[in-house]
Amino acid sequence: MSTHVSHSAMSADFSGLLKRLASRLPAHCILTRNEDTRPYECDGLSLFRENPPVVVLPEDEFQVVEVVQACRAFDIPIVARGAGTGLSGGATPHAQGVLLGLAKLNRILKIDVDSATAVVEPGVRNLAISDAAASHGLYYAPDPSSQIACSIGGNIAENSGGVHCLKYGLTVHNVLRVRIVTSDGEIVELGSEAPDSPGLDLLAAFVGSEGMLGIVTQATVKLIPRPACARVIMASFPSVESAGEAVANIIATGIIPAGLEMMDKRATHMVEPFVQAGYDLDADAILLCESDGTPEEVEDEIGRMKAVFAAAGASRLQVSASEEERLRFWAGRKNAFPAAGRVSPDYYCMDGTIPRRHLARVLNTIVEMEEIFGLRCANVFHAGDGNLHPLILFDANIPEQVDRAERFGAAILELCVEVGGTITGEHGVGVEKINQMCVQFSRQELDFFLALKRGFDPHGLLNPEKVVPTLARCAEYGRMHVHAGELRFPELPRF
Amino acid sequence: MEFVLSEMIDLVMTARASLKPIVIQGGGTKHFYGESQSVAASASVLDVSAYRGVINYQPSELVITARAGTPLKEIEELLGEQRQMLAFEPPRFGPSSTIGGCVAAGLSGPRRMMAGSLRDFVLGATLLDASGALLHFGGEVMKNVAGYDVPRLLAGSLGIFGPLIDVSLKVAPQPIAEATVELEMDEERALAQFAAWRRMPLPISASAWHEVHGQGVLRVRLSGSDAALNSACASIGGRKLGQEEARQWWDALRDQTYPFFKARPLWRLCVPPSSPPLGLGKVLIEWNGGLRWLADGEIEPDFVRKAAARHGGHATLFLHDGQPSVPVFHPPSPGVRAITERLKHEFDPTGMFNPGRLFREL
Repeated sequence: MSTHVSHSAMSADFSGLLKRLASRLPAHCILTRNEDTRPYECDGLSLFRENPPVVVLPEDEFQVVEVVQACRAFDIPIVARGAGTGLSGGATPHAQGVLLGLAKLNRILKIDVDSATAVVEPGVRNLAISDAAASHGLYYAPDPSSQIACSIGGNIAENSGGVHCLKYGLTVHNVLRVRIVTSDGEIVELGSEAPDSPGLDLLAAFVGSEGMLGIVTQATVKLIPRPACARVIMASFPSVESAGEAVANIIATGIIPAGLEMMDKRATHMVEPFVQAGYDLDADAILLCESDGTPEEVEDEIGRMKAVFAAAGASRLQVSASEEERLRFWAGRKNAFPAAGRVSPDYYCMDGTIPRRHLARVLNTIVEMEEIFGLRCANVFHAGDGNLHPLILFDANIPEQVDRAERFGAAILELCVEVGGTITGEHGVGVEKINQMCVQFSRQELDFFLALKRGFDPHGLLNPEKVVPTLARCAEYGRMHVHAGELRFPELPRF
Repeated sequence: MEFVLSEMIDLVMTARASLKPIVIQGGGTKHFYGESQSVAASASVLDVSAYRGVINYQPSELVITARAGTPLKEIEELLGEQRQMLAFEPPRFGPSSTIGGCVAAGLSGPRRMMAGSLRDFVLGATLLDASGALLHFGGEVMKNVAGYDVPRLLAGSLGIFGPLIDVSLKVAPQPIAEATVELEMDEERALAQFAAWRRMPLPISASAWHEVHGQGVLRVRLSGSDAALNSACASIGGRKLGQEEARQWWDALRDQTYPFFKARPLWRLCVPPSSPPLGLGKVLIEWNGGLRWLADGEIEPDFVRKAAARHGGHATLFLHDGQPSVPVFHPPSPGVRAITERLKHEFDPTGMFNPGRLFREL
């Protein structure tokens, strides 16, 4: 299943391109030797590999423009890459294209305290923004679990979430302006530091476009004051149904928790030996529910949350008494993926989102599917926003299990679509879920996406053949899986 | 398929075949907004207001899906029964305002800086496209990255890609409590005050500064738990307004019924909130400095636009008498303009939907 392609033969176009690049960029920014380009053959989803013929690592916006103009002149595709932590193969190189790494554009240009904004280059790491703003009491809210490594440019490409997005929003809600290079090599600014911009909201369409509409060279992001206090409740429930009901009741009561996560029994049993978070192993489901704000607000809200959980039948309630304990409660959740890698040779991580009211139905169906497909599945769930991450455990050395895992995964995603949800909540489509796009969208809707891409990238140079399947592709519909051994940065907690 | 919907599809297909323009209309309360459409004589009017009704409302999912012609009033009443709201507080220009019209116009109200703008709350939309097909984008879930975010692109697009048929919006719980305080200070002080407050975790859900009889007056609304309001009121100070007086004030601001909005022309300047006083004339400032209404009949449009642009913002000729000499919307950059034109050509090749409404030549 893995696609391993050797260096494609350097065509005449490539030698022309390289000659032009060599005249415009320093030599150390252009990599063509096999041992130099190999590290770029995949992103966080290492199942898909393609050794790029050329890797270009520009050091400023001017050089990005040079690269894009050169590629445009020779009609060579460009795949942009940030930190390479993406989980759907959005940065998988193109066999006949340039891999454009933006990691060297990593300067924080400005922290503006008066406007509570930061101006950053795309290679700046997510967490580095918050670190730089910390001395002003500010931070950047979206916190994908790979935030220690992932870059803001990649976050913009994927519209990354995190555990706090129910209250603080996704990347699209926290980016005010981007400066992009279009496939014509022109610099265009979308959005602005003002609350809105004239004409169409092109920034909204750009965020989450997986590198297909333009290349970010600069972004202004919103910073918010760090809450004075945060505490988390860990609640045990005797059934998935009662935990699901507790989630619905919390929201119906008018509380928007800072974070609200669920793990099923399989997941807690998987992570507890790994992190010793103190999870209740007798519970069928546990909820982690966080409140933040001033100490008075948090105390008030925690009281109301506890009352709702108790009424919904929680069998055990624990409130973090210290910051250390809060982080320990979260540690298990944040390490669910690495833990899956410990208990099973391989796992296949899904990323569907469902309307929360169908949670019990979906989880119970997944239990039935375990029987049908003869594989185990652990469930971690962003309960607040309906984003489900079933982890299908299997052994890739048994080819027949691979096939079963893939069919199991496909069945879960189709179930998500069936109950009114979506095939991907936050990991993106990339190359991984391109086939499932055929399930979620009609041909006319997919053609609308292709038209939107042409509007931004009329030459079709930017990350071609990703995200939106062609007619032929939908016809051959297949599925892929994640091999734990091939997941890069296995030490990073992931969502 | 329901008759009203099939009629709309027929109208689109007929107009496309006969190369006739289509003017999309909901409750008809926002004709003033955008460029005035000179094509009206030959155009077919696509009236969405008969396609109404809430399709799905799940309070615990924080989402409502409604047909585009559903009156805004009906939706707000329904949400109110569950102590929920449209947190972006869209202006209510009249009782017939529809939810589709709100999304197409993309306007947000006083709570925008705390809660987010209208487009932030758009989760899904069905578009009737130029070929007469119904296209569904997004959905009822908050996290959804399958394909491009078309619903948010449609927010504020003024119908240039076709009529919205239904929309899904994220809703929010109403705040437990609210309080409004009033302070006296000049414009410069007020803007400096906003900058200081941005660094503090204060629950400011609306703000407005303007001059009353030569005296600068700043009103600030706070929303949250009683504990949060008490500590915020203590740190902000000022005179506390009565609940009813406060409600009337923020409603008048939201719905633009306050006398300030009677000025013609009325400019809407949207600038980075930390911009200093612009010195253009009589202003009413909202959104913690980000929104500045300008009422000054004498001022040159070009001068206003340049001042807004100098600070990184833009100026809309929001309300005016007669045919204005300049485009009502601030001309976007050439790059944005080029992408906009290509998108219009891709989605509406014959240019039939709301021609000239967003930009005169589009």
